[in-house]
Amino acid sequence: MTPFSQSLEQKFQELMARYPARRSALVPMLIYGQDELGYLPPAAIARIAELLDESEMAVREVIGYYSMLRLQPAGTYHVQVCTNISCLLRGGDELMEHCQHRLGIGNRETTKDGVFSLEEVECIGACSWAPAVQVNYDFHQELTPERLDQILDAYQQRAGAGERAGERA
Amino acid sequence: MSSYTPHPLEVRVVSRRFDQPKARTLAGYLESDGFKALDKALALTPDAIIDEVKKSGLRGRGGAGFPTGLKWSFVPKQSAREKYVLCNADESEPGTCKDRLILEYDPFAIIEGMLIAGLAIGARRGYIYIRGEYRYLIDIMEAALKEARDAGYVGTNIRGKGFDFDIHAHTGAGAYECGEESALMESLEGKRGIPRLKPPFPAVAGFMGGPTVINNVETLASVPPIIINGGDWFAAFGPPKNGGTRLFCLSGHVNNQGVFELPLGFPLRRLIDDLGGGMRHGAKLKALVPGGSSTPLLPADIAWDLALDYDSVAKTGSFLGSGGVVVVDENTCMVKFALRIMQFYRHESCGWCVPCREGTNWLQLSLTRFHNGGGRDGDIETLREVSENILGRTFCALGDAAAMPTLSILKHWRQEFEDHLNGKPCPFGAKTSVAVSAH
Repeated sequence: MTPFSQSLEQKFQELMARYPARRSALVPMLIYGQDELGYLPPAAIARIAELLDESEMAVREVIGYYSMLRLQPAGTYHVQVCTNISCLLRGGDELMEHCQHRLGIGNRETTKDGVFSLEEVECIGACSWAPAVQVNYDFHQELTPERLDQILDAYQQRAGAGERAGERA
Repeated sequence: MSSYTPHPLEVRVVSRRFDQPKARTLAGYLESDGFKALDKALALTPDAIIDEVKKSGLRGRGGAGFPTGLKWSFVPKQSAREKYVLCNADESEPGTCKDRLILEYDPFAIIEGMLIAGLAIGARRGYIYIRGEYRYLIDIMEAALKEARDAGYVGTNIRGKGFDFDIHAHTGAGAYECGEESALMESLEGKRGIPRLKPPFPAVAGFMGGPTVINNVETLASVPPIIINGGDWFAAFGPPKNGGTRLFCLSGHVNNQGVFELPLGFPLRRLIDDLGGGMRHGAKLKALVPGGSSTPLLPADIAWDLALDYDSVAKTGSFLGSGGVVVVDENTCMVKFALRIMQFYRHESCGWCVPCREGTNWLQLSLTRFHNGGGRDGDIETLREVSENILGRTFCALGDAAAMPTLSILKHWRQEFEDHLNGKPCPFGAKTSVAVSAH
């Protein structure tokens, strides 16, 4: 039994063949699996452990280490605000506060409708275009609270238009 | 980002194709001297390749600044175990955002650099470890690799010369520590990214226990122009033992933030004034982070006269590091700045060794209390002692990276800590960030 799509199962096979030992594919499998399912439910962990011939515990141990991997769903749009030094100097804290007020949620929380989740993150490599926010994998840079509002409005509209399912990347 | 406009003062070696969108395809890359260095290297002996890189004075662009040719020469010629070339694209050092541009604008240059490294050390496989947050770059890299493989530049019998070398892109999943070379190898083996005890160093026992060369993205992208134009040509850009150009990531309180390629030894004053458009709002410089958040901060009087090369920055007691130049103005609370740096290292400490795990946690809690006015007489000394007790007592450099900026801030801006003591509110009115105070 697999919770993953056929195409992802095929990608897993390709990934496992890339390395001298297939366990090397674990972190990529976890992140691509999470991209498809939104998080890593027990069925996903069991399937990846089975493919790699590892224990589920070994897989969970690895999941626990990496900050992008999660055992619970996040919002459809996961808003990640960088407040590290370069962003701090250009208003990263203010963006984080702004998001909390606008979305009515705190750090690492999800809105009731499941559209947005919020996280204060460490440096995302956008220092020379600070302050920056990543929504899922999309970078938004050189932001002001006003520009961020427009960006969040656009995501809100996309969510309202029923484009939510499977739209993570 | 899709467009790139170079600054007229830049000296473009690594970034020479950044404004040529065509070079992001194999056909366009070949038109702009692509894989010429590979063809040249295929006709050279491994020792001749390594000698050329040594002559160039190229030093690691990831942060440690180790001479690249020397690193390659440490790999044993004969090995019972397979050898590997790894490209460290886990760019995560706060203040650093340059490898991202190379991955996006010149992906084939990284492939070519890895192929040449493979020739030099006798490896047949390589991996590009890209931080998970850079998903769009993983897609770009995989597309470039597919094109290169289909055209016979990656894979078996490359260019008909009997050279086999395969390369794959590999995604991380969010962990600063995985930028540390041995932790990266652990992660690449499908494990938690914790550092290994060294020695043995990767050149002897690295990925899967095999001799491994691991280089930063920018380092590898510097190799093809060195092979084409010669080591002496590259070395001549910078002062002795500080060969070449590098990408500087300018951020913070300047008018124009940006990534600029400049010869080593370039004056910081000109980077801020001529490329950065001067200090933002005409404020005065207070502090400089010369090369990413791990490097000791420098006060304005030292910073203004700084030459941006490895040896000149080392003379001030700091490091050229990763190229992340963060400009901090006079209106910034240095206690808050120290706290934000410590928040990062506490979050990223892998927990493997006690001084780092406990030290960063304790320092973050302490700096939070301090910034909120809860500091008491004697606390400044305690902060210093705890930092000093992390230094040099950890498996990897993360502990040092947490302690060094903290110690430099305590040393140069001690008065600001005094000004927060015994219930006094932050003189700069800086708030403690939401996530920190929630811990």
